[in-house]
Amino acid sequence: MTSYNPSVFLLMVNGQIEGANFPEYDDLYCKYCFVYGHDWTPTSGLEEGISQITSKGRDSSRSLVWNFPLDITFKSTNPFGWPQIVVSVYGPDSFGNDVVRGYGAVHVPFSPGTHTRTIPMFVPESTSRLQKFTSWLMGRRPEYTDPKVVAQGEGREVTRVRSQGFVTLQFNIVTKDMKKLGYDTTSTEQAPAMHLSRTEQPYGS
Amino acid sequence: MSTLAALFKELRVCSESQCAVIVLHQELSGREDPGETLRRSLKAKRMTRKKKLLEEMSVEAPPEEVLEEEEEVVTAVQELQCVQEETQAKGGRSVRLQRDLPPLPAVSRADSSVPQSSVRQRVRDKLREARSKAASLLQQESLLESASRLQSLRDGETRTRFDRETDLELAEGDPSFATRVKFRDAARRVTRDSRAETGLPSAEEAYNFFTFNFDPEPQEDQHKGRLKRRPRRGEGEGEEEEEEREDEETETAREHAEGDQSREEDAPLVREEDEDLFIIDQSARDFLEVTRAECMEYSTRVQREEELLFTPSTRPVPAYSKLPENVQPRYLEEEGLYVGERPPVSLSNQNILENRILMQDQSRSEAGIPPLALGSRCPATGKKWFGDDGRMVAQPDPIKESSTRPPLFHLEEELDPALQTIHRKTLTSKHMNRYTVGIGDSQGDYQLDVDVSGLVFSHHPLFSREHVLGVRLAQLCDQQLSRQHKDLNRLLSDKLNGLRNTVRNMLELHNGDGLSHVTQQRIAEYKQEVRHTRRLRDAEQEKDRTLLKSIIKVWKELKALREFQRFTNTPYKLYIRKVEVEQASDELEQEAEVQAEVAELRAEYTENYETKMSGYRGQLEEWKSWRRKEKVLKKKQKRRKQLSRDEEDEGSEEELGEEPVKPEAPEQPDLAGLEQQVRKKAAKIRRRPGEPVLLPELTTAGPVTPNEQCPRGELARREDVAKRSLYIKVLYNDKEVSRTDSRSLSTDFRVHFGQIFNLKIVNLPESIKLQIYESIGSSSSQLAEVCVPIPESSVLTGTAPSEELEFSSNQRVMFNHEGVGSDVPFSFAADGSDRHTLLTSAKLSCCVSWAVGEGGVPLAPPTSQPAAGLHSGLRQRDAIACIGASGLNDMKKLRKWAADSRLDPNDPNNASIMQLLSMSGGGEVAVPDYFRLEQLQEEFNFPSDGELDRSRRFRLLRLRSQEVAEFRNLKAIPALEREISEKVFEDYECRLKEGERVDAKDHIDGHRALVAKYLQKVRESVVNRFLIAKHHFILSDLVIEEEIPSIGILGLNLFKLAEPKRPLKPQRKERKKVTAQNLSDGDIRLLLNIIRGYDIPVRRPNASKPVGARKGSRSYGDPFTSAHSSQTALQGSEWPLGQPVIRPFVEVSFQRTVLRTSTAEGPNPCWNEELILPFSAPSGDYSTSSLQAVRDEVFINIFDEILYEVVEDERERGASVHTRIERHWLGSIKIPFSTIYLQSRIDGTFKVATPPVLLGYSKERILGSEGGYDAVRSPSEGTFLTLFVTIDPQLVPGDPIREKKFDTQETERLLLACELYEKDAHRRFPDRRCVTTVVDMNGKTVFVTRFIRPLTPPQELLDAFPNSPQETMLDSAGDVDTSFPVSTNLHQPLTPSQELVARYVSFIPFLPDSVSFASVCDLWSTCDQFLTLLAGDEEEHAVLLCNYFLAMGKKAWIIIGSALPEGPTAYVLTQEHSRYLIWNPSTGQYYGQYDTFCPLQAVGCLINTDNVWCNIQVYAAPMRMSFDVTKPKCWKPFFSRTFPDPGLSSVQPEYLVYRRTDQTAAAELQDRRVSSVCLLSFASVLQVKLEGIYSDGWIEKILREKIMDWRPRHPTRWNRYCTSTLRHFLPKMELSGGREVSEEHRVELQSLLGDYRISGFPLHLPFSEIRPIIEAVYSTGVHNVEAPSVEFALAVYVHPYPSNVLSVWVYIASLIRTR
Repeated sequence: MTSYNPSVFLLMVNGQIEGANFPEYDDLYCKYCFVYGHDWTPTSGLEEGISQITSKGRDSSRSLVWNFPLDITFKSTNPFGWPQIVVSVYGPDSFGNDVVRGYGAVHVPFSPGTHTRTIPMFVPESTSRLQKFTSWLMGRRPEYTDPKVVAQGEGREVTRVRSQGFVTLQFNIVTKDMKKLGYDTTSTEQAPAMHLSRTEQPYGS
Repeated sequence: MSTLAALFKELRVCSESQCAVIVLHQELSGREDPGETLRRSLKAKRMTRKKKLLEEMSVEAPPEEVLEEEEEVVTAVQELQCVQEETQAKGGRSVRLQRDLPPLPAVSRADSSVPQSSVRQRVRDKLREARSKAASLLQQESLLESASRLQSLRDGETRTRFDRETDLELAEGDPSFATRVKFRDAARRVTRDSRAETGLPSAEEAYNFFTFNFDPEPQEDQHKGRLKRRPRRGEGEGEEEEEEREDEETETAREHAEGDQSREEDAPLVREEDEDLFIIDQSARDFLEVTRAECMEYSTRVQREEELLFTPSTRPVPAYSKLPENVQPRYLEEEGLYVGERPPVSLSNQNILENRILMQDQSRSEAGIPPLALGSRCPATGKKWFGDDGRMVAQPDPIKESSTRPPLFHLEEELDPALQTIHRKTLTSKHMNRYTVGIGDSQGDYQLDVDVSGLVFSHHPLFSREHVLGVRLAQLCDQQLSRQHKDLNRLLSDKLNGLRNTVRNMLELHNGDGLSHVTQQRIAEYKQEVRHTRRLRDAEQEKDRTLLKSIIKVWKELKALREFQRFTNTPYKLYIRKVEVEQASDELEQEAEVQAEVAELRAEYTENYETKMSGYRGQLEEWKSWRRKEKVLKKKQKRRKQLSRDEEDEGSEEELGEEPVKPEAPEQPDLAGLEQQVRKKAAKIRRRPGEPVLLPELTTAGPVTPNEQCPRGELARREDVAKRSLYIKVLYNDKEVSRTDSRSLSTDFRVHFGQIFNLKIVNLPESIKLQIYESIGSSSSQLAEVCVPIPESSVLTGTAPSEELEFSSNQRVMFNHEGVGSDVPFSFAADGSDRHTLLTSAKLSCCVSWAVGEGGVPLAPPTSQPAAGLHSGLRQRDAIACIGASGLNDMKKLRKWAADSRLDPNDPNNASIMQLLSMSGGGEVAVPDYFRLEQLQEEFNFPSDGELDRSRRFRLLRLRSQEVAEFRNLKAIPALEREISEKVFEDYECRLKEGERVDAKDHIDGHRALVAKYLQKVRESVVNRFLIAKHHFILSDLVIEEEIPSIGILGLNLFKLAEPKRPLKPQRKERKKVTAQNLSDGDIRLLLNIIRGYDIPVRRPNASKPVGARKGSRSYGDPFTSAHSSQTALQGSEWPLGQPVIRPFVEVSFQRTVLRTSTAEGPNPCWNEELILPFSAPSGDYSTSSLQAVRDEVFINIFDEILYEVVEDERERGASVHTRIERHWLGSIKIPFSTIYLQSRIDGTFKVATPPVLLGYSKERILGSEGGYDAVRSPSEGTFLTLFVTIDPQLVPGDPIREKKFDTQETERLLLACELYEKDAHRRFPDRRCVTTVVDMNGKTVFVTRFIRPLTPPQELLDAFPNSPQETMLDSAGDVDTSFPVSTNLHQPLTPSQELVARYVSFIPFLPDSVSFASVCDLWSTCDQFLTLLAGDEEEHAVLLCNYFLAMGKKAWIIIGSALPEGPTAYVLTQEHSRYLIWNPSTGQYYGQYDTFCPLQAVGCLINTDNVWCNIQVYAAPMRMSFDVTKPKCWKPFFSRTFPDPGLSSVQPEYLVYRRTDQTAAAELQDRRVSSVCLLSFASVLQVKLEGIYSDGWIEKILREKIMDWRPRHPTRWNRYCTSTLRHFLPKMELSGGREVSEEHRVELQSLLGDYRISGFPLHLPFSEIRPIIEAVYSTGVHNVEAPSVEFALAVYVHPYPSNVLSVWVYIASLIRTR
């Protein structure tokens, strides 16, 4: 093996977009994409995807389940610009137009192990009441020029958003050579709080 | 208390008979007004008297008695007053009394006008006094009370030991508490005193003496206290409102209160009297008489009421009775006066009122009482209530119609203070932090375990009397046990002994002499300490003693009760263990103790006396001196007789009034009585010497009488108990979460639940409550609610101790069986005396703690959360928090405090704090005294600054984040230092270093290099500005939102809803635009549809037949030849293999990708092919700005494909065919990528730039000039290509500049007009450009007409054709267009210099703004700037050309419009007599208005010096419109009559200064030696260039090298002869304006190179850099000829024009030997 002195570290992400909780809407599907910094390169796997349309279950929780798998491996030299997953949820409005139901982003977890993340979702608001009405009428709600906007902080101050619902993701993270490059993301002792109490110890490094 | 006692004494002396009663009441009423007290006491007395009377005779409550009684009261008051006055007059000893008690007369006088403030003052004084006393009393009592105190009180109580100061504070802070204590004390004393007075020492009572004295019976006390306070409060009100008007209601309230009081107090009174007066044996029957209840018949009652009450009738009152006699009603309204509207009152009410007033008046006058008068001024009659009109006087209706809200702001005044805004702190919502974690976060499962173990009642309604006593006994025993455990007595005794020893030792050590000041002080301190400790010890001992006594007493009572009721309910049994002590030693010990104490006290008193004496002496001295002085002063007046005080008071006060009081000599302490006193105390609080030590032990082993043997009442009680059951609800955050099972109440009133509830928590705990419910049968009622403190997160299940929470309920429960009930007074004694009132109370033992999860993880929320409810929990735990010291972290202060307050290190209560202090003392960190900012900064520095600079990686990262051009989009910066090579920075550093140096490699002359540098800088700064601006977003950058639709669009859209989803005739829809940023390499493709070509030059016969060619064939570009047929005929035979005249194909190269179409045939071929070229952005940056800066161009070249037969051997000719393909360049089109990008698609027919001379080719004219087609086509002769170019996917072009607001010097009015004008134009024709203001190089907004000003072109251009108009006319085809028949045909007086000027302008290199200024804005430069920079885009060219034309006397305008392929552009329009010419300023070409192939597609507006005209015609195409700007229907002028031209000055210079081109330098152009020398060394080249030498040879050399580079596999031979020929040829070309001078030259060339087949052409370019030239040469593909025998010829000619405008000619040719 030549990886005695690695020059890159690898981050393998798999998991799934488990489902969502949008109390008001039904028949939703979601898209995801990853946003990452300059020093990151996906080496394998899908960078973006679009899920099936799911309807609400009849059970009491009324949650939407996609179980849409994620599987991607990144290679990087620098933790700056750590990948974020951007999830945007779409669904038909009352006229049958596909409109966006929520945007949300979350960083891929840093530490190896299984993580569950719940992302609160939001959509941009119309600038005026009239526009709100017309956009409703025409089924063209305001949406981001690029869903990746939600992964960056720049320029967000000009937008107004409304919260919509939650999307739950599950990540399984494997990293390689992070420690060798001097990045230690696993805490040495067990986390005192209960947040990470259930993560398994990473593979032997 | 002493005051009261004193008063008591005094009163007893005075009024023997009444004293007991009076005092009792006075005491009971505590601190209230003595007058009132007296009154009440008298009433009480009266009651007793009445009772006595009742005994004797039955009286039927005659009403007269009331009067009698009142009189009695009055007399009693007077009596008391006398008493008080007497007391006061008593003199000397009463001084103190006077101070303590309020001056009685002042208060007792009911009508006195004592100001309220003094009353308050007095109350305050009393409170203060009470407080100080309460403090000491509390100490004694707290212990006794704590046993059955409620939980809330207990918290406060437990702190008493620690430091007394807080205790005092507490007492001070809670005056009511203090007063209450005082009341209790008072009450107790009264009982004690009265007891003492009765003094009937039976054998039992003799023992009970102490017991009785100190029996606390706290609950009763409290209850009493409350009762007593209630009337007092009522009194207070009455007192305060004591004015002449008697408030009846208050009176009655007081009466009630008094009644209550007397009822309450009756019992003890009677009892007392019983004890006093009667023999105990007598039963109650003896004093009671049962009579019939009195009741009154209804009718009689009504009758009696009628006697007393007056009911006014509702009948209307006649007017005469309301008015004075003989007065007619007068109506003011009728007299015209304004009368306000009266408030609406119902008529009946009005009548009632009137009747009443009249009746009242009447009755008063009858009774002789002065009538009700409102004021003194009113006449004494009730008539005054009526107005002149006989109606009630009424003010106008006070109710306003309008809103009564007063105006907030008055103009002159400030805001009404009542309306002032009050700022309150924000209330943080309770629900803010309710949720511990986000929903669905499964990791936040916290669990609270609530363990409800059981309930023990300390009082329950179903308690029998025995239970009550039993419980009390148990409590007392518990207390005793705990006290015994603590053993404070011994601790304090030890301390005392220790202290005494120390003092003794110290004294002994120093032997009484030589005591230093320090030691003395120390000893004094110690003594103080001894005194203090002794007092404490005494108190403790007394408490112990009291406790013991009360235990024994209660036990005795219990026994008595059991005996009395003849059954046993409780299993309690008290054993008293006696521990014998040795009589002798005990006595000795006690005696020693007494002696020691006596000695100390004596010393103390003496000391006290000493100090007092010394003070007295000093005062006396003072007084004497004063006296002496005074004596001197008033010698005459008085003689000093004696030193009596009375006299002295008189004498001095008159004169000076400031005489110091003569000090009183302090009393000699009674030392003798001291020992007795001590002994008495000792006897009181200690056991007698030799008396055994008594240790009570409580067991519960006693038998309980079984049910059968119980009397009925008890049986009922027990049955009731059995019926009861209890359960507890657990409430979390006020919501019931669970409840325990219902458990029945056991006979010992203990309930065991033993249930643990596990609560999983989502919300933060706010409150945990336990509600205790008691159920009888099916109905249940809530007994009480207990709040459980929320545990800290460190309190975990398993380790948390169970807590006992006490609670009580004030429900009133009464039973008719043996149960004592709750809140109901009951008595143990058979006679009902000694009443108790107990409330239901119980102890709940429970435990709330956080659960422990798997693996010992506590399921508690993190501690960081602010826990408001932690106070109580913390207090108990933290020693320091108990003191209230919040600054726990300041150990220094804490130590200081500990030292100051002299904490006892042996006190177990102080153990924790001592430990803390010792710990902190040991490991105290030396805190530096200085202060440093960011002292920890160093630790957080990532690497040191030096390292940060040295590290290549960090540098790279930093540069990238700074968006330095070279590193802006660098990907994957290596993680390790060593992987980054130094080279990375080389370019960047070079750039930095050579920022100022001129890099002349790519430029011909120094000037250009400088200009290029300058441009580069401008570009950089603009790009930087743009980059910064890029980080400012507006909403539309982030959010796509539909525009607010206008009504029309809305309607259209509504209409669309009804439209079929799949229309049969689909319309073309705009492609979806893609934002550039999320693209990567390969995503973008360039689509090129090459459709067809027109008029491609055809091959001409080989030049080897010169004769035929000379005459027969049409030479290329010869406009006048008509012999076509011969040529075509010739061609067919001339070309080998019978090829057609031409086989053209199109090759497209873009970014070094080359694609070609298939080969078509003929001069008008049709390809219709789509070519797809990939596009990659520079350095992978697909951002808009980067894409706009792409400078690549799409080259579309037309080639002719020629097949040559290669015959090596004649013999093979028959068998095989060898051909070689050659291609000859015919022409090209260049389309900059930026144009495509901004246009998004380019569609149209383009003119192909063909070289002026195309060797071997000629224009074919199929139809000939006689045909109609030719006439149509002729205006723009040339080769054309129809193309469709677009980018896939469609990219969103960069946004127009947002920063519309530039600096400006234009007037506001003009700008406003511009805005309106442009807006209007845009509204009417959104696709037409209309420009009124532009931005100049300084970034200022300038009105566009200011740029237009006649400027003379260089003189030599004008001089070039002084007298040969005809010739220039012939040569006037411009640089590319070789034939221009139109000009002659139309007989235009077109000045040749006009074309030359256009040529000149077109030679100035073209540099699109969007490239240089990355889409930031369209900058217009003035002409001198343009000429200095020698670069600009269409606008600059157009402006310059227009200015030149104007100077030449032409009518010229600038056209702002759009053209192909440039898109939005600027052209120049000139008017030549009747027609208009459209000039393309960047190519120098011109077109007629009706030219089909004119690239100008749309005209937006015209601009000239005076005005701007906006095109308001239907069509924008130049062919279909009129250019007559005077027509208002076609053109809308900016300046009109309504807004005339304000006379704007031009921004252009007055004239342009042209640098003359150095002719000698031009001459040296040809000198190849110079150029070769130049190339020898870079330095010399630079030098030469700086001298201003143009070196076309240098270009030639570079091109040659390039061509050789491009042919790596073949040798490149240069034909020197041909080259020199061509070189001669080029200047002529330039002179002729690009036209072949004559056929001669070519013929000459052909003849010279007869053996060669030549194909070649001259290229004509404006010069800016070398790179475009190389590109152009490369794109022709001449170098691609691969014939083995090919030779090349290359000639370069640079023609200088003024101001360094250079025209570059490159003649390139390939020669193939035909033989």
